[in-house]
Amino acid sequence: MIRFEGVTKQYPDGTVAVDDLSLTAPTGKITVLVGPSGCGKTTSLRMINRMIEPTSGLISLDGQNTGRMNEAQLRRGIGYVIQHAGLFPHRTVLDNVGTVPRLLGWDKKETLERSRELLSRVGLAPELADRYPSQLSGGQQQRVGVARALAADPPVMLMDEPFSAVDPVVRDQLQDIFLDLQSELGKTIVFVTHDIDEAIKLGDQVAVLRVGGKLAQISDPAYLLAHPVDDFVADFVGRDRGYRSLQFQPAPRLPLASERTVLLGEPTTGVSGDWVLVVDDSQRPLGWVEPSRVSGAVTTDHLHRGGTVARASGSLRGALDAALSSPSRRGVVVDDDGELVGTVRAHEVLSLIEAADRPDEDKADAFAEEGA
Amino acid sequence: MIANIVEWLTSSATWSGDTGLWARIVEHLWYSLLAVAIAAVIAIPLGLWVGHTGRAKWLVSLANSLRAVPTLGLLFAVALWLGPKISGDLAFLIPSVVVLVILVIPPILSGVYAGVEAVDPATRDAARGMGMRGMEVVRQVEIPNAMPLILSGLRSAFLQVIATATVAAYIGLGGLGRYLVDGIKTGDYVSTAGGALVVSLLALLVDGILALVQRLVVSPGLTGGRSGRSRRGRRNAEVANSSAPAGMSADGGGVVSDAT
Repeated sequence: MIRFEGVTKQYPDGTVAVDDLSLTAPTGKITVLVGPSGCGKTTSLRMINRMIEPTSGLISLDGQNTGRMNEAQLRRGIGYVIQHAGLFPHRTVLDNVGTVPRLLGWDKKETLERSRELLSRVGLAPELADRYPSQLSGGQQQRVGVARALAADPPVMLMDEPFSAVDPVVRDQLQDIFLDLQSELGKTIVFVTHDIDEAIKLGDQVAVLRVGGKLAQISDPAYLLAHPVDDFVADFVGRDRGYRSLQFQPAPRLPLASERTVLLGEPTTGVSGDWVLVVDDSQRPLGWVEPSRVSGAVTTDHLHRGGTVARASGSLRGALDAALSSPSRRGVVVDDDGELVGTVRAHEVLSLIEAADRPDEDKADAFAEEGA
Repeated sequence: MIANIVEWLTSSATWSGDTGLWARIVEHLWYSLLAVAIAAVIAIPLGLWVGHTGRAKWLVSLANSLRAVPTLGLLFAVALWLGPKISGDLAFLIPSVVVLVILVIPPILSGVYAGVEAVDPATRDAARGMGMRGMEVVRQVEIPNAMPLILSGLRSAFLQVIATATVAAYIGLGGLGRYLVDGIKTGDYVSTAGGALVVSLLALLVDGILALVQRLVVSPGLTGGRSGRSRRGRRNAEVANSSAPAGMSADGGGVVSDAT
């Protein structure tokens, strides 16, 4: 657990970067610090591993005052990932990953084994191990950055906008890998981003900071979207918050209608109606076709691919999006193996949404400290 | 004339003996190495310190302004001042080496400083953030990354010192400068030209050796590591390497990219 108690950082020129910040980053959870530039989120992060010293206040790690710890030892026990990865250009990928184990004096063989294991953990091919950072793409470099931070298995990780310098597709992949790893490893993570979507996707709790380094609100993402405390937070969490908050509402039992399907490669003869769903041999949905436009067998060229697919075990957002994006207006729902279980209409999802509770007020500030 | 120089260079009499070409080359290299070694001992730690701490950058400017001092004038001044205080051969050697050291401190110092200064701040930040202490940052990160510029500073130091070590002959020392000074004095232009030629070749040879050293010492990660692959190629590799399971996304109930 990382605890900020009345932490302030003021620079000699009088600028206050962080103003009386109190919050707790619980063990095993991802705490995201988010806010516009100049809100002191990076400064707050860097005060945890003492890359920046607070002017006043106390930061403790599992009850121990970090200000009293040896700087280098403190940092060796904390994984650190920064924007653009900050890899060592003169070291191979493998040696980059082994940096902290080497500092800690692990023997060579142990370090190598651990480094190789981590590379595969973050989804990098083994043949990349002997490359140099300049030979990797931005996304690959950032994976190495994450592997390097995890190398000595630190209980705490600090991540400073780690995924902001890569393109959206790669960013999404990195976020998914990151969540996947976290579900296995359960690190205590403090994550800085300026991107509210990233904050909401990754955070177990989200702390919104305002310019001048003041904490505006801290809560779990669902509550944040539903109950912004003031105009600043409301503005910052953005326009589609009503829709986006649906992703935190697991879909209850959806009123599924069975859908007439046709196998890819078979003709649509005898099928009436505007749209019919095409599936493969294992009942996985492939796309919609208009029977009137198909003569003979259905081929992949006939498929309308505009719709998204929702998982029955997913959220209301997924279900609604599937319905809204489907050309037939019937949202395709699959089970966890990707097999078709039925379709659902938007108005049906909407009635579920209306029947469901808003994220309730009581559970909200469970994480928050005073001042939240 | 050229034929004479070739004849001079190929005659065994030129090369042998205590005052032969071999002996002069060895002397010349000895002065040069001594000067560069002393200069390096001073300039490398100083450059690392200035680059690492960002303090006292004026030292680098000061050193660079020393480049403007005329070597020959300085040599006579130092020899006149130090000479009487020292006895024997050292009375000549020390002033010569002092002058050469002053000559080659600037290129070494600027090379080391510029190399350390040029290390990407993110790299240095990461090094400290991983828990490297000051000296660990210097040894494990700053020196290896500064190596190309450190070595090019040393190369230019060697080029300059080998060319300039000839001045030692003006105050009675050996080295290849003897051929220049004595040749001009006696009107033996063949040995003057031959000596000058050998100095040039020696400088090129040493530079070549250092270029080789540079290849061995500098990490391949720093020397145009970007292979011929296009951006697109790299991007594709990225996508191919990814093992992101679509269902792990917290975003929407598993928006699978397969469309319906």
